[in-house]
Amino acid sequence: MKIIVCIKQVPDTNEVKLDPKTGTLIRDGVPSIINHDDMNALEEALKLKDRYEDVEITVLTMGPPQADVALREALAMGADRAILVSDRAVAGSDTWATSNTLTAAIKKIGSYDMIFCGRQAIDGDTAQVGPQIAEKLDLPQVTYVQKMEVKGDTVTVQRALEDGYEIIDVKMPCVLTAIKELNSPRYASVSGIFDAYREKNVEVWSAKDIEVDLAIIGLNGSPTNVRRTFTPDPKGKGTMIPGCDKGTVCELFNILKEKHII
Amino acid sequence: MGVKIFSEKCKGCKLCIKACPFNAIVMKDGKAVLNDNCTGCGACETSCKFKAIIVEKVEKETKDLSGYKGVWVFAEQRNGKLMGTAFELIGEGRKLADKLGVELSAVLLGYNVAGLTDELIHHGADKVILAEHPELKLYTTDGYTKVITDLVNSKKPEIILIGATNIGRDLGPRIAARLDTGLTADCTKLEIDDEQKILLQTRPAFGGNIMATIITPNHRPQMATVRPGVMKKMSADSSRKGIVDKVDVVLDKKDIRTVVKEVVKSAKQAVNLIDAEVIVSGGRGLGNPEGFKLIGELAAELGGVVGSSRAAVDSGWISQDHQVGQTGKTVRPKIYIACGISGAIQHLAGMQSSDCIIAVNKNPDAPIFDVADYGIVGDLYKVIPMMVEEIKKVKEA
Repeated sequence: MKIIVCIKQVPDTNEVKLDPKTGTLIRDGVPSIINHDDMNALEEALKLKDRYEDVEITVLTMGPPQADVALREALAMGADRAILVSDRAVAGSDTWATSNTLTAAIKKIGSYDMIFCGRQAIDGDTAQVGPQIAEKLDLPQVTYVQKMEVKGDTVTVQRALEDGYEIIDVKMPCVLTAIKELNSPRYASVSGIFDAYREKNVEVWSAKDIEVDLAIIGLNGSPTNVRRTFTPDPKGKGTMIPGCDKGTVCELFNILKEKHII
Repeated sequence: MGVKIFSEKCKGCKLCIKACPFNAIVMKDGKAVLNDNCTGCGACETSCKFKAIIVEKVEKETKDLSGYKGVWVFAEQRNGKLMGTAFELIGEGRKLADKLGVELSAVLLGYNVAGLTDELIHHGADKVILAEHPELKLYTTDGYTKVITDLVNSKKPEIILIGATNIGRDLGPRIAARLDTGLTADCTKLEIDDEQKILLQTRPAFGGNIMATIITPNHRPQMATVRPGVMKKMSADSSRKGIVDKVDVVLDKKDIRTVVKEVVKSAKQAVNLIDAEVIVSGGRGLGNPEGFKLIGELAAELGGVVGSSRAAVDSGWISQDHQVGQTGKTVRPKIYIACGISGAIQHLAGMQSSDCIIAVNKNPDAPIFDVADYGIVGDLYKVIPMMVEEIKKVKEA
């Protein structure tokens, strides 16, 4: 079975802090990580590799040269092959343009039975790229995968809903998107890390390598454009109620009562 | 294509550095210069007061988009019941349609769901496009995508809004990809541009500290998903009249490549954060899962529900359905009490439009105090029991 896992390198937003004076992000020293949901997709692929013979895992990402680190981590965890699509021409892509690039890369990889993505990336939260790859490859998709089992050429999936789940059968090849409930990602072993840097190799592909039409990628290929960005007006600083005792709590409730909040 | 900084115009004010979401501008010899992080997004252009930054764009030929008219909202139903998000989208779609002077249609797919059309009209739809077929009884990506894209291709709406539910977020990108148009996820504000009459789609970007207004200038329809709970629905008016446009559905079983074998309702009661009037949330500051007992006690006294930050969910202290924030639920209760929550951007994005925010935190510099209406600096394990006691007193009085 050939599995392609699409991953994204993202800033660890849990570590992002606000500058209390300016209200802007402090980005210095924020570590880059593999997006959480993508780790779950990779782990599930690795579990299939543990269980069955002849499972080959290719990890694929689009990003700047620094994304090499994310791919090495995936290799260290046990992926067989890593591909980085990196080109100035893809900068500024929206989800539609990103999925065009990844689709072109997947077509160049050639054969696949399963394409696994994370549901969404923590820096954008769009959850669009997985389904858009599925559409462009004309494959069935199941998103929000919280449990799955492979039997022959069929995957039986639990797809999470807000108030429960659906049980869905889908035939391979297909696109799946993983959520956190699916599994707990493993840690890379020390020997795995050595292998990832010494034995294994990250292939870097340009836009030309994947033979993608430049008109459908990057900023200018994107149907959506950012017209403007702005920092939301900070809400006026509220009232700090001094102290931390009965009187403090009492005062809080007096204000709430006065303002008819309670 | 790309961003250019004209160093002779640059005054070294550093405003662009703040505006850049990618850390791609640095100061060199008192002038701003770009580094390799630049994605060409253009966020810096408007920040420059001296017109030293120009974002060059390839002029695209403008297509004739005038054939696209009307606003559509996807009226999601499950098991014959409309989701709340359908009414919220109608409320928002109504404003957009009125501003454009066009018709607002609710698109309803299912089987034996004609009984729901009145409800959609009473809440503000001018028209319900009703597509019924046995294969549409349950949601499938393939079935719903085919029927909706066929409808779009024949009727050509200019705007489509979809609720960002687990179903809407499966469907929206698939439709957008098939139609080769843009889709803006999780919008928090939608407006119509006065001059160009295009949809201005505003959403938190880059982790939520910057808002971005996104447009889809050359593609139609303009598509956006909206998170449940963000927009306000209008109250129902049973005197409102509208039309039901029952359409023929061409759909074959083999068009649908997934088989839904079963829909299982989760046994545990779903946490209804979105409709709650009072939410008491706990975060990393609780220190351990036991802390949620105390949070629960306060919530119960106030007749509210328990929320949490992502940190508490990631620590395994509470299940994810309690999570408030950008990756959790967006809430706007009357009272939001944040206990031991520092106020990460992604949490603030989900709760800052609450009517009254009360924060309890040990750290006086915690960002949560920046959005709080009332703050108490102190140990939540001391403060909350006092609050519980005080509420009991208020109730008795």
